[in-house]
Amino acid sequence: MTSLPPTLQDWFDTKGWSPHPHQLDMLGRGADPATLLIAPTGGGKTLAGFLPTLVELIEKPQGGLHTLYISPLKALAADMRRNLTGPIAEMDLPIRVEDRSGDTSQTRKKAQRADPPHILLTTPESLALLISYEDAPRVFAKLERVVVDELHALAASKRGDQLMLCLARLETLRPGLRRVGLSATVEDPPALARFFTSAPCPVLEADPGPDPDIRMLATKTAPPWSGGGGVYAMDDVLEAVRQHKTTLIFHNTRAQAEIFFHNLWLANDEALPIGIHHGSLARDQRQKVEAAMVAGALRAIVCTGTLDLGLDWGDVDLVIQVGAPKNVKRLVQRIGRANHRYNAPSKALLVPANRWEVIECQAAIEAVHARDLDGAPRGPGPRDVLCQHILITACAGPFDAEALFAEVCASGAYATLARADFNACLDFVATGGYALRAYDRWQRLKQRPDGRWQLRDPRATQLVRMNIGTIQDTDTLKVRMRGSRAPLGEVEEGFAASLTPGDTFLMGGKVVRFESLREMHVEVSRERGRQPKVAVFNGTKFATSTQLSARILRLVHRADLTALPNHTADWIVLQKTVSHLPQTGRILVESFPHDGCAHTCIYGFAGRGAMQTLSLLVTRRMEERGLGPLGFVATDYATLIWGLEPVEDPGFLFDRDGLIDGLETWLGENALMKRSFKSVANIAGLTPRNFPGKRASGRQATFSSDILYDTLRRYDPDHLLLDITREEAMRGLIDFGRIEEMLTRTRGRVDHVITDRITPFAAPLFLEPGRIPVEGAGREALAQAEADRLMAEAGLG
Amino acid sequence: MNAHVFSFAGTDLHFLGTGALYWPARELLCVSDLHLGRSERFARRAGALLPPYETRDTLTRLEAAIEMTEPQIVVCLGDSFDDHAAQSGLDDVARLWLIRLMAGRRWVWIEGNHDPGPVDLGGTHMAELPEPPLTFRHIARVGAAGEISGHYHPKARVAGRTRPCLVHDSDRVILPAFGTYTGGLRTDDAAIRDLMRDEAIAVLTGPRPLTIPMPR
Repeated sequence: MTSLPPTLQDWFDTKGWSPHPHQLDMLGRGADPATLLIAPTGGGKTLAGFLPTLVELIEKPQGGLHTLYISPLKALAADMRRNLTGPIAEMDLPIRVEDRSGDTSQTRKKAQRADPPHILLTTPESLALLISYEDAPRVFAKLERVVVDELHALAASKRGDQLMLCLARLETLRPGLRRVGLSATVEDPPALARFFTSAPCPVLEADPGPDPDIRMLATKTAPPWSGGGGVYAMDDVLEAVRQHKTTLIFHNTRAQAEIFFHNLWLANDEALPIGIHHGSLARDQRQKVEAAMVAGALRAIVCTGTLDLGLDWGDVDLVIQVGAPKNVKRLVQRIGRANHRYNAPSKALLVPANRWEVIECQAAIEAVHARDLDGAPRGPGPRDVLCQHILITACAGPFDAEALFAEVCASGAYATLARADFNACLDFVATGGYALRAYDRWQRLKQRPDGRWQLRDPRATQLVRMNIGTIQDTDTLKVRMRGSRAPLGEVEEGFAASLTPGDTFLMGGKVVRFESLREMHVEVSRERGRQPKVAVFNGTKFATSTQLSARILRLVHRADLTALPNHTADWIVLQKTVSHLPQTGRILVESFPHDGCAHTCIYGFAGRGAMQTLSLLVTRRMEERGLGPLGFVATDYATLIWGLEPVEDPGFLFDRDGLIDGLETWLGENALMKRSFKSVANIAGLTPRNFPGKRASGRQATFSSDILYDTLRRYDPDHLLLDITREEAMRGLIDFGRIEEMLTRTRGRVDHVITDRITPFAAPLFLEPGRIPVEGAGREALAQAEADRLMAEAGLG
Repeated sequence: MNAHVFSFAGTDLHFLGTGALYWPARELLCVSDLHLGRSERFARRAGALLPPYETRDTLTRLEAAIEMTEPQIVVCLGDSFDDHAAQSGLDDVARLWLIRLMAGRRWVWIEGNHDPGPVDLGGTHMAELPEPPLTFRHIARVGAAGEISGHYHPKARVAGRTRPCLVHDSDRVILPAFGTYTGGLRTDDAAIRDLMRDEAIAVLTGPRPLTIPMPR
C-alpha cells in the first residue's frame, strides 16, 4: 500500500483521520495515464482525486498550472477551493489554488492566464473559453493532471462531449497529460471509462457502503388514482420531518415542488422551518436557502434536481422522494444525499403520487436492493458540439484539418466519428454548408496557402467566445412583484403568454396574481387566496426507464402481491379478473365505450415521451382508417385514445413500417423538431444567442429559428443541421428508440380485450391531466371561434 | 378570395392572409418590409451564415400575391432591402425575377430606414406616396390620417399561436413584415400601443385572416 509523505500523514494524524483505502489506491495509481474512480456520495472522491497532486507538489514543487479540476457546477468549484485552501494553509504548503468561472472578474481571469495557479478549479465552459485563446499552449505548458468531478452528470449531456473535445485538445498541447474521472455509482462503469478516453482506463470501484434503508412511506390515506404531487401524504411527510434532523424532499418537477411546498406550509401548524429550492427561483432566493441549510437552520427543503449534485450540506438524515423515481440510478444518487457519513446506511422514504406509482416505487425499491441500475447507452458524439469545437479551435489560431480530425477521434466520445461527418461539420463552419453557393462572403473560415484553416475575419472570435457552451436556457421571463425590481423567479415564456390578468399561480411557495406582461418581465401582485388557479410551469418530465418498466411488468404478474399495499394489490387482482394484465412480450389493447366515445387503451410501457409519440402515430393511422380519433392522453405506462369509431382489430396500429412512414411525414412539421432545431442551431453557431455590444436595431429585427427551420426544409432538406436535428429528436424528445424497443419485445403479439365498460387499469387515465386534441382541420376552426368570441366580447363583432 | 375586407378612410381595403394589402379601387398592391438580402448582410458582417434562401422565398410569395390580384401599381413600403449593399448584391436570378414582376405595371419603392437610397432596379423611388385619400409611408407619423405604413412588424397571439398581423384604427393601418427573415414586435409594445386608438383591430396572417381586438 502506498504511504503518504510525512507532511500529509502528520496532517491526517492531527485531524485524527485516516485515508480510505480507495484514496490510497488512487495515490498508488498517480502515474497512470487515466483512471476512473467510482465511489458513492460521501466517499471522499474528491480528496482521492487531489491526493496525487498534493503529494507531487510537496515532493517536487514546480511553478505553473499543475492540475486542472473540472466540475459541472460553479458552486462546486468555489466550494472545492475553500476545502483545499484550508488544509493547504494548515500544512503551510506553497500551493496556489484558484477557481475560475463566468462569475470571476475580467482582471482576475487575465491574471490567471498570465500567471496560472498550481491548481485551477473550473467548469467545462470556462475551459473551452481558455482553449479558444492564442496563448492556450503557454497556459497549459506544464499541466500534469486533469481531475473531472461528477463525470456521470457531465456524461449525461452535451457538456460532457464538449469537455471531452477540450481534453483531447489539452492532450495535444501537453502530451502525456494524466486524467482522473470521479463518478457516483453508474450502471456501466466501463462504458463511462470509454467515454472518458479512447486510451485504456482502469476503473476503480470504492466500497459502496451499506445498503440504504429505503421503503415506501406508510400513509393514513391511500394515494389517489391519478395525478402527481403527493399532496394526500402531507401529514405523514410532516411527521417524518418532525422525527428527523434534516430532510430533503425531492420532486421531479418544479411545478410539483411548488404545489407541495405550498400545501406543506398550510399544514405546518408548528411552523417548522422549511425552505424551497429549485432552478426557477431567483439566484439570491436560492442562496438564502443554501446558507440557511449550511447553518443548520432548516428542518426540511423541498427541492428538485438542482440539489442532485455535489455540495456537502452536512446533516441530512432523511431523503423523501415524492412521485415515482422514474430512474433507479437517479434515485440511488438522491438517496446518497442522506447521511454523508460513509459507513452508515442512508435513509429514504418514497411517496408514490398515485396507484400506478405505488407499483413503480415498489419496483424501484427492489431494483435499489438488487443494485440493478438503469441507463441507456450513450449515442455517438453530437455533431453540433463538434461544429462549435471547430470554431473554438479556429479562434486559437490556424489549424490543420487532418490533425484536428485525428485529435477529435482520440476523445472517447468521438472515437467512431467518420471522416465524411467531420468534413460536413467543417464545411458547415466554413461556408454554412448550403446546397446553394453563390457568394464569396459565405465564408467564416478560409484555407490558407499552406492548407491550414483560419477565421476569415479575426473579429469573429468575439462572437464565438460569447457563445461558447451547450447549455440551453429555455426562454424564460423574470417574475417581479409590482413596484419592486427584485425578481421572485422565472417562468417560461410560453407559460407567461398563456396567462390572463387575474390568473393566480405559485412562485416560491407564494400565491401571486398575474397583472401584466411587460417587455422583459412578468408583473404580479400579492394574492390573499390560498388556491392558485394555474399551477403548471416548467414541467420537466422524465420518462420511466426501460429497466424499471420491465420490473413493473414482472411485478404485477407475481403470484404473491404482499409486497404492495392492499389497495394496490386488490386493484391488480381486479384488473386480472375483468380484463388482462399487460405482459412484457405482448401489447395489451382494451376497447370500451364511454361517454358517447369509443375508447382504446394501449399498454405499451415505453415511457412518457415514447408513449406520446406512439399516440400521435397511432391516431394518424386511425384517422386514415376513418375512425375519427378526437384526442388522447399518455402516461409512462399507457395511452388512452378516444374517437368516433371503435378499433375492431388493433394489429394494424403496430405495423413497424406503417409507424415509420407516419413518423417521416409527421416529424417534419412537429413542434418538438423545431425545439430540437433551435438548440442545435444555437450550439452549432448558426444562431448565436449573445451579440457583442448593443443590438443594431429593435426587437423586430430578430426572428425565430422556426423560420430558418422551415426555410431549410423547403430549400435545403439535406442540410447538416436538419440531419442532426432529426437524429436528436429521434433519441430525445420523440424517443422513437423506446417504441422500437416495445415493437421488438412484443413482435406484433397483441391481446385485444373488448369490454362494455372502463377497466380498472384504464380508469386512472380518465383523471390524468394533459389531454391532447388530435390535430387536424379543427385547429383553424378553434382559433376562429376564439377570435369571434374576443370580437363579440369587445363589442366589435 | 382569402382576405379580410375592411373600410378605411372611405374606401375598401383587402388584407390578404399572406400579409399583403390590396386596394381594389386603385388596383394597388402594397407589401412592407421585404428585407431582401438579409442573410447576405449577416454573412458580410461576419455574423452568422444564415440559409441564403429568404430572397427566393419572399419573391415566390410576392409573385403569388401579384398573380392573384393582378395589380396596376405595386407599392413596396420601405425596408425592401436589408441595406443598400444588399440591394446591389442581389444575384442575377433575383434581379431578373424582380424585373419580370415589375413589367407592365407601375412600381413604387418607398424608402425605409434600412434602404434610404435610390434603387437601381427600375421603378419609382419616393420618400412617401400620396394617393388620396391614402398616404403610403414607411414609418407612421403621429397625427396623420389615412396613413398606410410598415416598419414595426406587428405580431399578435391568438389560441396559443403568434403570427404577424396588420393593425388598424380609423386613422392608420400598419402592415406586417412580408419578408421571410423578419421577426415581429408584439402589439402591446409601447411603440405600437401608443400609436393606435383604443378600439384598434388586429388581423392575423394565416390560411384565413383572423380578426381580434388589438392586444395592448
